[in-house]
Amino acid sequence: MKKWRGFSIKRFRAILVKEFTQMRRDRLTFAMMLGIPLIQLTLFGYAINSDPRHLPAAVLLADQGPQGRTLLYAMRNSTYFDFVRQVQTEKEGHDLLARGQVQFVINIPQDFSRDFVRGDRPAILVEADATDPAATGNALGSLSNLFNSALQNDLKGPLESLAANTGPIDLRVHALYNPEVVTQYNIVPGLMGVILTMTMIMITGLAITRERERGTMENLLSMPTRPSEVLIGKIVPYILVGYIQVSVILIAAYFLFHVPMQGSILLLMIVALVFIAANLAMGITFSTIAKNQLQAMQMTFFVFLPSILLSGFMFPFRGMPYWAQLVGEIFPLTHFLRIVRGILLKGNTLDDVVRQLWQIALFALVALTIGIKRYRQTLD
Amino acid sequence: MKNGDSVIDVHGMTKRFGDRTVVDRVDLDVRAGEIFGFLGPNGSGKTTFLRMLCGLLRADEGSGTCLGHDVINESEAIKREVGYMTQRFSFWEDLSIEENLDFVARMYDVKARRQAVRESLDHLGLAQRRGQLAGQLSGGWKQRLALAACLLHKPRLLLLDEPTAGVDPKARRDFWNEIHHLAGEGLTVLVTTHYMDEAERCHRLAYISRGKLLTHGRVTEVIAHERLTTWAVTGPDLPDLTQKLRKRPGVEQTVAFGNSLHVSGSDAAALEKAIAPFRTDQYEWHQVDSGLEDVFIHLMDGADENSSP
Repeated sequence: MKKWRGFSIKRFRAILVKEFTQMRRDRLTFAMMLGIPLIQLTLFGYAINSDPRHLPAAVLLADQGPQGRTLLYAMRNSTYFDFVRQVQTEKEGHDLLARGQVQFVINIPQDFSRDFVRGDRPAILVEADATDPAATGNALGSLSNLFNSALQNDLKGPLESLAANTGPIDLRVHALYNPEVVTQYNIVPGLMGVILTMTMIMITGLAITRERERGTMENLLSMPTRPSEVLIGKIVPYILVGYIQVSVILIAAYFLFHVPMQGSILLLMIVALVFIAANLAMGITFSTIAKNQLQAMQMTFFVFLPSILLSGFMFPFRGMPYWAQLVGEIFPLTHFLRIVRGILLKGNTLDDVVRQLWQIALFALVALTIGIKRYRQTLD
Repeated sequence: MKNGDSVIDVHGMTKRFGDRTVVDRVDLDVRAGEIFGFLGPNGSGKTTFLRMLCGLLRADEGSGTCLGHDVINESEAIKREVGYMTQRFSFWEDLSIEENLDFVARMYDVKARRQAVRESLDHLGLAQRRGQLAGQLSGGWKQRLALAACLLHKPRLLLLDEPTAGVDPKARRDFWNEIHHLAGEGLTVLVTTHYMDEAERCHRLAYISRGKLLTHGRVTEVIAHERLTTWAVTGPDLPDLTQKLRKRPGVEQTVAFGNSLHVSGSDAAALEKAIAPFRTDQYEWHQVDSGLEDVFIHLMDGADENSSP
């Protein structure tokens, strides 16, 4: 208890006052302390929905009878499915799935209604993009009940006997790209993007602020050099570091998690270059804005948090409201996740990923331009 | 560039941070081959002035040339020909001595880079320790490394910002010998300092206080210009004497120098009158030449009085 007697309220107060004063001066930290809970609340509260609805679906309708339509109406009314396309061939449907433009393709074969009336239990095929099992799980789970209740009306009168059977139709679900619905197949490739985002932004975020804090910035600025030389010179070495990370994660994905690798690893490496560059450029831009290393770290987290929450890494992208999806589209991670899952799980080719790729490239270019503009050649 | 040509010729250099004027209309003329001392108390604007010269800060007002280039618009060209040694050691502590020199040589695109670095290491006497991290060097060695790095690209003008702060006397003396040697070879040096002995080793000097240039010229000129009369007194209880003297009109400053006290004033007659009552057997008085230190303290006090409300 001796220690307690030594406790000085005055000294305690002195420290209290000092801490509050410093807190007030450090506006960024203060903003972060207010901002982070607000952002988290908004994201977790509104944006994140682990029961995504209104998932885009395409339909291949080869049957003109009433029962096929009844089922489609029922699916739409469940609000799980939004029919955005009607396709003519199976290949067309598969392309849409591969590019992630639809989550489902519903295949209602020829003579579906006729076979139904005959009691032949016609098959309805639902192909789902199961790369992210969380996104499709509930929708698929609802199907069986949905169909049965939808067909209740049709099973009155002469068709009543069919209801007693094992079921009036044969629902076949193909979970494409991830047939065993292994969550790791989705998470592990995603982790590659998350880890790169975190480390790459942070490492270059510290690059300029460190020079400033150590006093070496004054020396660097007194030399005849251009901002682009300094910034790009600081980015390039870390691309190598990024590649080492990509390799380690890929090896672990293959040997530890047995993630299937359908597409070209070379293509993945090329895409990773653009993605790494985008994150490094963002980091270096933070570096030119932040006053010290701590602020640079804070900015990193300021981007990192919404990145993982809104990119579709933690929660299905399509489960988020429209505004959150728009915000998510800004982050390079969102596009990289689609690409890396596409290449590894779906065997996407350059053609399939190019639409996502140029958005990452654009982000990198904008970030680097801001960085070069912000980089001050004087100590003013 | 011949000795005697202007290397720095700037007028009205002004820098404001917010509503604080840190450098206030400073004119300066430094000639080739000259060691020019820039003196002034802490926060007087010395560093800011140097930074404006080499393009590290943008001057709010002012014009002129540095090494023949426009001081406002041609800082790129100036940077290439200036060696700037910062007040705080600003080389990379996590790089070795050799790596630091090599980096600087690359940045300035030094011809025959490897040879230049090797010669620099030999000259420094650090060839054996080339692989040692710069951060592990002592203060004196850091300063020598910084100087060597600033000289790698053979600048025509050397800007030294308090180069000997925190360096021991022997290293300081070696440093100044080196500076004189370099000036002898035609290099122009502008050096800021607090130390009077260093000021006296400069060819010419300027005194800056609160951003304003108060005086400049040769050491003897600066002293003569102030017309300060100084008496030295020795005897018992000098602190008590100091108290009494300070109240007398005509005594403008009293400075303790070890066992003696310097009493100065700009009006010789008034000063003599002021000290007359104390010229007793107890104390030994004699008039001395005012030193640079007496003059600078006088200048500093004068600047304070002018600016206080």
